[in-house]
Amino acid sequence: MLLSGNEAVALAALQGGVALGTGYPGTPSTEILENFERLGGRSQWAPNEKVAFEVAIGAAFGGARTLVTMKHVGVNVAADPLFTVTYTGVSGSLVLISADDPGMASSQNEQDNRHYAVASGIPMLEPSDSQEAYDFTRLALDISNRWNTPVMLRMTTRICHSKTLVRHDGKTQDMPEASFERDIPGRVMIPAYARPAHKRLRDKLAVIDEWNNQEGPNQTISDGQELGLIVSGVTYNHAREAAPGASILKLGMTYPLPFDMIREFAESVKRCVVIEEGDPYLADAIRARGIDVESKAEDFRFGELNVRRVRKILAGDTSPEPKPMPGKPPQLCLGCSHRPVFETLRDFDCIVAGDIGCYTLGVLPPFQAMDTCVCMGASIGVGLGLRHVLPEDQARRVVSVIGDSTFVHSGITGLVEMVYNPPPSGHVVLILDNGTTAMTGQQEHPGTGRTLGHQPTNQIVFEDLARSLGIQRVHVLDPTSDRDNFESVLRKSLDCGEPVVIVARRPCILAAKKIKAYERAAKVSCEACVHETAAAGD
Amino acid sequence: MNNVTNVVIAGLGGQGVIRASDILSETVFKAGMDVKKSEIHGMSQRGGSVTSDVRFGKEVLSPMVPEGEADYLVVLAADQIENNRPLLKDGGVLITPDCIDENELPNKRSLNVALLGVLSTYLDIDDSCWLDAVRANLPEKVFHVNEKAFVMGRAAGKPQGA
Repeated sequence: MLLSGNEAVALAALQGGVALGTGYPGTPSTEILENFERLGGRSQWAPNEKVAFEVAIGAAFGGARTLVTMKHVGVNVAADPLFTVTYTGVSGSLVLISADDPGMASSQNEQDNRHYAVASGIPMLEPSDSQEAYDFTRLALDISNRWNTPVMLRMTTRICHSKTLVRHDGKTQDMPEASFERDIPGRVMIPAYARPAHKRLRDKLAVIDEWNNQEGPNQTISDGQELGLIVSGVTYNHAREAAPGASILKLGMTYPLPFDMIREFAESVKRCVVIEEGDPYLADAIRARGIDVESKAEDFRFGELNVRRVRKILAGDTSPEPKPMPGKPPQLCLGCSHRPVFETLRDFDCIVAGDIGCYTLGVLPPFQAMDTCVCMGASIGVGLGLRHVLPEDQARRVVSVIGDSTFVHSGITGLVEMVYNPPPSGHVVLILDNGTTAMTGQQEHPGTGRTLGHQPTNQIVFEDLARSLGIQRVHVLDPTSDRDNFESVLRKSLDCGEPVVIVARRPCILAAKKIKAYERAAKVSCEACVHETAAAGD
Repeated sequence: MNNVTNVVIAGLGGQGVIRASDILSETVFKAGMDVKKSEIHGMSQRGGSVTSDVRFGKEVLSPMVPEGEADYLVVLAADQIENNRPLLKDGGVLITPDCIDENELPNKRSLNVALLGVLSTYLDIDDSCWLDAVRANLPEKVFHVNEKAFVMGRAAGKPQGA
């Protein structure tokens, strides 16, 4: 069958006995959990990646097989539990999907998460196509279970979104029965228990290292002694096409690295070049072991690789690359509820601390009404910082703008900061609530009151939350249908000298129809439930 | 790699670029070929430029069509032709919206399938593979509209005795 890498991971998770998939939406990882749910797996969105990871840890402590998905920058949010769960290990299986975005098709940076594997001590696999996305997910679940360690499957945009052929036997592994077994020194990381746990981790990695050298998912394709290429992930395909006569060492497990195998390969060819996307992770590690390999020129750290760029690397050609013809940039939809907001912010000459979502497009013409965008949730902290130090006439123009899903992800603690350390000029947090995680393709979140599968659940109400924190000035309005009111509330809020939360609420124009349908379905099932209860009472 | 055919489908977010490449991929898959399909999506839904690469043949390696190596460039939006033209190889085939009369289309949203109809005239693949793939990738209720669009494209194809 023809599957995207994300679809292949979902299928492998289902057939590999995964009891729970959790994560936070983020391109290019989002479709994994959506497909897992569609195939019948239990899938849920968490408020953010840290919580998702912790839920997965708990489930894996309980003996279940779990999958946790996120984009590369999401791993930054989940890094705190990551660096310690490698010490504790797990009882069932825990597979972390890190979906990196070299070239930044849809991200704020192009960090290379392979460094996380080394830094935290988590074994790492890198698939090169959908077949391997499937195979390596199954393998990751098994490695995790065999050595009681979390395992990271590091994907990239091209692996996640490309469709390639996948063969599988269709058999589904039984889910292991979850059951709690007490292991206090193994799971309570006070220093006295963590010190031996760190040693256990290093011992475990040494064993996995040995296994990887002997029987890991690495492959040597011998084709002459002139040129040898060491590759991992999608670059395997580019390399084979760019240099059909070269011998290739394709690394499937890239932490711990199989150095014996690499040394043997490098010594078997006259010229050995490491072809990798992103940072020179492999080349640096291999050279640090005293193995003589060539690395790519610095220019190729940036962006994705492709066949043409691999040819350039091999030719030692560092001449400037042709710039791709600029296409049409994305823009806020016509009728988007964010449009009047950014028109107003522009017209008021606000200093806008922005955040991550569709509304980041407010930075582009005709709005150009965003001054900062750093990471998920940063709008509130950054806005407060500006308010603290700017002269009063400037401070009073500062607004933090954050979307609904982003607010739940990591804006709530920012709101607490605003209450705890209010700037003298007050502050305005504008929550753009369009009722969905629009940017990543309209996923649910705790503020929508629906689960990943669009079923009704408990709902977080932003205005109630803000009031419960002691914020006196909380406004809820529709910036499109009641623009005059929005403008007058914003004007007053900027000057009032107090912390203010404005919830600008209007459904995403692309999602509005679906949201209505979910609400109708919920109402019908609710009425049926009341009807049944009434009937039972008769 | 001479056995590999490279197709790039280009247009604007919302035009059905990715749907068209899904249909093409499934068609060649049904016809028994190896196929890889790749695109970048994420921001694309917001009306920006979108391209999707489809490569097929006996064995396909890289999922991306190298610049200047597309055998066929199918463009769904007139204003997206020039920025995508460098993708096409010398002597490659450019298929644009003016290949067919949009007013004749039973539904303007079927332009993507109509242009696949034009593309189909250059490829030696059974009609049944194409139509099965159209059916598999679109809701049943719009199948007939798209079938008509495909047939229209097929009739409009084969210009210059190709």
